[in-house]
Amino acid sequence: MGEFDFSVWQPSLPFIRDGLLFTLRLTLVAMSGGIVIGTLLALARLSPIVPLSRVAGAYVDLMRSIPLVLVILWFFLVIPFITGAPVGAETSAIATFTAFEAAFYCEIMRSGIQSVARGQVHAAQALGLNQAQTMLHVVLPQALRNMLPVLLTQTIVLFQDTSLVYAIGAKDMLKAADVVGKNYNRPVEMIVLSALIYFAICFSLSLAVKQLQKRVAIIR
Amino acid sequence: MNYHWNWGIFLEQVKSGDETYLDWLITGLGWTLAVSLTAWLLALAIGILVGALRSAPSRLLVPLANAWVELFRNIPLLVQMFLWFFVVPEFLPRDWSLWVKQEMPAKEFVTAALCLGFFTSARIAEQVRAGVGSLPRGQRDASLALGLTLPQAYRHVILPQALRIVIPPLTSEFMNVFKNSSVAFAIGVLELTFQARQMQEDSEQGIETYLAVTLLYFICAFAANRGMAWIEVRSRVPGLIGGTR
Repeated sequence: MGEFDFSVWQPSLPFIRDGLLFTLRLTLVAMSGGIVIGTLLALARLSPIVPLSRVAGAYVDLMRSIPLVLVILWFFLVIPFITGAPVGAETSAIATFTAFEAAFYCEIMRSGIQSVARGQVHAAQALGLNQAQTMLHVVLPQALRNMLPVLLTQTIVLFQDTSLVYAIGAKDMLKAADVVGKNYNRPVEMIVLSALIYFAICFSLSLAVKQLQKRVAIIR
Repeated sequence: MNYHWNWGIFLEQVKSGDETYLDWLITGLGWTLAVSLTAWLLALAIGILVGALRSAPSRLLVPLANAWVELFRNIPLLVQMFLWFFVVPEFLPRDWSLWVKQEMPAKEFVTAALCLGFFTSARIAEQVRAGVGSLPRGQRDASLALGLTLPQAYRHVILPQALRIVIPPLTSEFMNVFKNSSVAFAIGVLELTFQARQMQEDSEQGIETYLAVTLLYFICAFAANRGMAWIEVRSRVPGLIGGTR
């Protein structure tokens, strides 16, 4: 057994907190942006306009078949060519995760939309709602509700995946732990701390999702 | 911004050595395949065992198997890589710890394959449990009525059916293994993503580099998909909806 000195945890806390705040910001922005764009993608995939559904389908398939680390590297490389100026690792990470997660949220929303009973659409039309109103007021709210547990589970996965911004050196929680570990020459203790924090957050969130799953289920 | 395309870059020599960039990518592909396939075999073996235990009628084994799954599912893969690489050797007995740190051959590869294997095993266990749960109760009852012990029932009746039922989710998990193996770059495995970063810095032809690596990952995922589809067709259970010819 090596000798451990966990007293390094105390001075590391301010750094861990700042890193965790970025991790949370990245998760929340990518989640909200990803769900909005993902829903639009899902509507595009289900649309009767063939080129539109093809393009959306190709985008989703592309994102789902490349490793996330590679997507992060791609965006970091390509964004400066598009904007004409170098961007920080943090900004690049936020853009990457929003675009990447949109593909995953799209598939969830698509199965959510498809799970809504057809009678709902017919009833909405009979009431005089047009297509957009039917989608916005009848189908999407039910799809969202049906898929809420799955969307949240995907968000837990997203939260864990944000650690991969390590590849471009963005300052998230893991990076903060890494830096403190190097400065105090206690890398092992800092890795253990970050693992414990990730586990505590993800485990409690997944318990909460299980509870939610029982409560939101629509009684049919 | 201007970008100077240079598709011949793959045949050019790297800045420090006799190899070409293509050699780097081929080495990378080799390590990606080695890590992914080793991890997959390990994950299948452990995942099936843990998945079967989770569905077994035992007050002791079920919580243990559940804890296994929760442990590996709630820590990011990258952090797990660091745990296996930097932390686990510290917890070994002194002699072993020294051996692992200084003498173990292909240390990065072994660590990455173990880590990815355990990580994936938790996800396979979930699917195997779901597969066992989807079988009618009668299968188990009939096996026991025929005089099989419970382990025999799992071995000869339940698992052979459950595993065939879960082949579609296992297929996406097999493709995930190749994608997830990219995280091994962080502990210094010379796999594709590692080589991509190295080649991008060395050659400054980032777009060509990443395109080539993306294509190689595509090929891996596609081959994995076709391979599993081949197994799926040949292992259909007669009499089920998916099993009719």
